[in-house]
Amino acid sequence: METELTGAEITVRCLQKEGVDYIFGYPGGAVLFIYDELFKQDKVRHVLVRHEQAAVHAADGYARSSNKVGVALVTSGPGVTNAVTGIATAYMDSIPLVVISGQVPTHAIGLDAFQEVDTVGITRPCVKHNFLVKEIGELAATIKKAFYIASTGRPGPVLVDIPKDVSQQTTVFRYPESVAMRSYNPVTKGHSGQIKKAVQLILGAKRPMIYAGGGVILSDAAPQLTELVQMLGFPCTNTLMGLGGYPATDPRFVGMLGMHGTYEANMAMQHCDVLVAIGARFDDRVIGNPKHFFNEERRIIHIDIDPSSISKRVKVDVPIVGSVSDVLVELIKQLKSRKETVDQAALDAWWAQIESWRSRDCLKYDREAPVIKPQMVIEKLYKVTGGNAFITSDVGQHQMWAAQFYKFDKPRRWINSGGLGTMGFGLPAAMGVQFANPGSPVACVTGEASIQMCIQELSTCKQYNLPIKIINLNNRYMGMVRQWQEFFHGNRYAESYMDALPDFVRLAESYGHVGMKIQQPGDVEDALREAFGLKDKLVFMDFVTDQTENVFPMVPGGKGLSEMILV
Amino acid sequence: MRHIISLLMENEAGALSRVAGLFSSRAYNIESLTVAPTEDPTLSRMTVVTTGSDDVVEQITKQLNKLIEVVKVVDLSEGDHIEREMMLIKLRAVGEDRQEIKRMADIFRGRIIDVTDKSYTIELTGTGSKLDAFLDGVNRSAILETVRTGASGIGRGERILKV
Repeated sequence: METELTGAEITVRCLQKEGVDYIFGYPGGAVLFIYDELFKQDKVRHVLVRHEQAAVHAADGYARSSNKVGVALVTSGPGVTNAVTGIATAYMDSIPLVVISGQVPTHAIGLDAFQEVDTVGITRPCVKHNFLVKEIGELAATIKKAFYIASTGRPGPVLVDIPKDVSQQTTVFRYPESVAMRSYNPVTKGHSGQIKKAVQLILGAKRPMIYAGGGVILSDAAPQLTELVQMLGFPCTNTLMGLGGYPATDPRFVGMLGMHGTYEANMAMQHCDVLVAIGARFDDRVIGNPKHFFNEERRIIHIDIDPSSISKRVKVDVPIVGSVSDVLVELIKQLKSRKETVDQAALDAWWAQIESWRSRDCLKYDREAPVIKPQMVIEKLYKVTGGNAFITSDVGQHQMWAAQFYKFDKPRRWINSGGLGTMGFGLPAAMGVQFANPGSPVACVTGEASIQMCIQELSTCKQYNLPIKIINLNNRYMGMVRQWQEFFHGNRYAESYMDALPDFVRLAESYGHVGMKIQQPGDVEDALREAFGLKDKLVFMDFVTDQTENVFPMVPGGKGLSEMILV
Repeated sequence: MRHIISLLMENEAGALSRVAGLFSSRAYNIESLTVAPTEDPTLSRMTVVTTGSDDVVEQITKQLNKLIEVVKVVDLSEGDHIEREMMLIKLRAVGEDRQEIKRMADIFRGRIIDVTDKSYTIELTGTGSKLDAFLDGVNRSAILETVRTGASGIGRGERILKV
C-alpha cells in the first residue's frame, strides 16, 4: 500500500515540486498543519513578515524581479482580509502569484466560525482565479493548476483556500506532470496575417511611435523590443509599468508617457500617424481623454495577450492577440524579409519635430535651490548606483520622480504599484526583490506618508538581514494629494499634512538598522555613497526635501495628452 | 441594443457567482440569467440577456471568455436563433372570468396546470414579448402571482454551441 500524506504535507511537497525557494507568510490557526510541515523541511524557506499585506507584496516583489511565481501563505479570516490589498495590487499589475490561505474546517464553513470569512467570495474580483479545496483528493491537482494559471497567459494572482481539516486528512500524493483545461487555453503566437498588416502599416508610417508597457516586462520581451526599435529607428516610450523594457539611456527613448510623462513622449503620442502599442492597455493614466486622443488621425496596432485589453478604451485598427515576445519575434522576422524600408526622409523630419519638443526640457528643476529637491535625490541615486540598482517605490510624487529621473536600462529593475497605486507597497516589495536577488543593491524610494503604511516590516528586514536602502523623500506632506489640492482644490490642504512624524533615524535605529537624516543639498551624494557602502546594513535615509515641489509635466485627469501643465 | 449571450461553463461551485460578479463589478446590464446543467453533467449552459452598445457587448463577451471556468461564449443575437421563456401565472378565476381566462390561455397556447374554485394557474411559454402580451391581455387585478424563468436561447439550424 502506498503511503498517504496529509494535506499539509502535500501542500509543501507541491511547493517543492514547483521549485519554490521562498514563501512569505504569517501563521495562524487554520494553517498550523501547513506550518508544521514547513518546519520539518528546509527546501521551501519561509519568511515571516509582520502583516499579511506585506507577505503578498513581498511575494509580488519577488515575482516582478525574478519572473518566477511569488508565493504567500496566510491564515483564515483577518489573515486573508489583510492580504487582499496585496492580492489586488498584484492583480492590477498582472503579477503571477499563488496565495495559499487557511480556511476553517469544512464542517464549520458557513456557520460564522471563529476567523471565518468567505475568502473565495472576497477575493473573487481581484484574482485571476481562486479555488476552495473541499476534498483532499483535489488538493495536489488544484495547486498545480494554480501555478499554471498564475504564470501563463496574462499572469495574475491565484488563491487556493485550504480548510484546516483538508490539511489534516491523508491521501496518496501524486503531483500531475501537466495541466490540461478545456476552459483555459491562452494563446501565445499572434495571427501571422494580422502581423503582416502591422508590417504594412509600419513600413508606410511617416510619424511612427512605439508605446510599450508592462506586457514587455512580463513577457521577457525587452531584447525583442530593443531590436525592433533599433532596427526601425522609431521613437519609443514606456509606460510606468514598462520602464526598463527599452533602455532609457538610448536616444530613441523619449521618456515615460501619460499623466506625468515627458512633453516629447506625450506630444509624439498625440501626433503620430502610426502607433504600435505593445503590451500596454491605454489606461486612464496614459490616455486621460480618449475623445481628445482621436482629434488626431492615426492607425493603431495593438499587441496584447489579453483580448479584453484590446479596444477597451481606445479603438484600434490592427489587433494582435498573443504573447509580446512571440509576436515581436514574428514581426521582426517579417520586417526583415521585406525589401521595402521605412520612409527615412519622413522619419528624419519626425525626429526633428520630436527633438524640438525634447528641447523644451520638461523635467527641469531648480538645481541651485538651497533646499533638497526630490528630483536631485533620484538623480544622485542613479549616479551612485550606476543605474544598476533594483528600485521599488511606494505611491505618490516620489514614485513619479523615481520613474522620471532613474534611467532604467534593464527590465525588472523598476518595481512599483502602477495599477492599484498601493501606498505601503515599496518596503515589503523590496524585501521580496532582495530575496530574489541576494547581493544586488535594492533601494526603496518612498515618502514619509507611504513608508508608514508598512513600516512594521523594518522588523522583518532585521530578522533576515536585508540590506535595503530606504530613500525617504520627506516633505511632510502627502505630496501628490497636496499637489492636487494646490491645482484643483484652491490650496485647501485638507488632511494632507503629515503631522507628528516619528524621528525616522531613531526609529530605524530602534529596529537595529542605520538611520541617516540629510538636510543639505550638498550632502545628498556623499550620504548615498556612505549608505550604499554599508553593504550588509539596511540604511534608512530620511531626506528633508522641498515641501512645495510638484511633479511636472502633468496632464490633469480627463485632459488630452497635449494639454499638459508644464513647469 | 438587446443581446442574448449563451455560454458553456464548468459545472462547478462558484462558477455562477463569477459570471454574476463580473456583470456587477464591471457595471454591465443584466436583464435575465438562466443556468442549468447540460446533458453532460460536467457542463452548465447559461443564457444571459443584456443590453449595451456594440463596444460594451464586445467587452462583455471578452470578459466572459476570460473567466477561467467559462468554456465557450456565443452572442446568439449575432445570427438566427430561437429564444423561449416560461411563465407560471396564477389568476383569480371566479364567475364569468373563468371562461374568459380559459379562452385567453388557449389563444396563447398556455396550459392550465392547477385549478381551484377561485383560481387558475397557467403555464405559458414563448418569447418574452409574448408573455408580456398575455399579461397585458388579462385583467391586471386578476393577477395573483407570476414567476418567469428568464430567456433561454439556442441557435437555429446548424448553429451549435458545444464543446
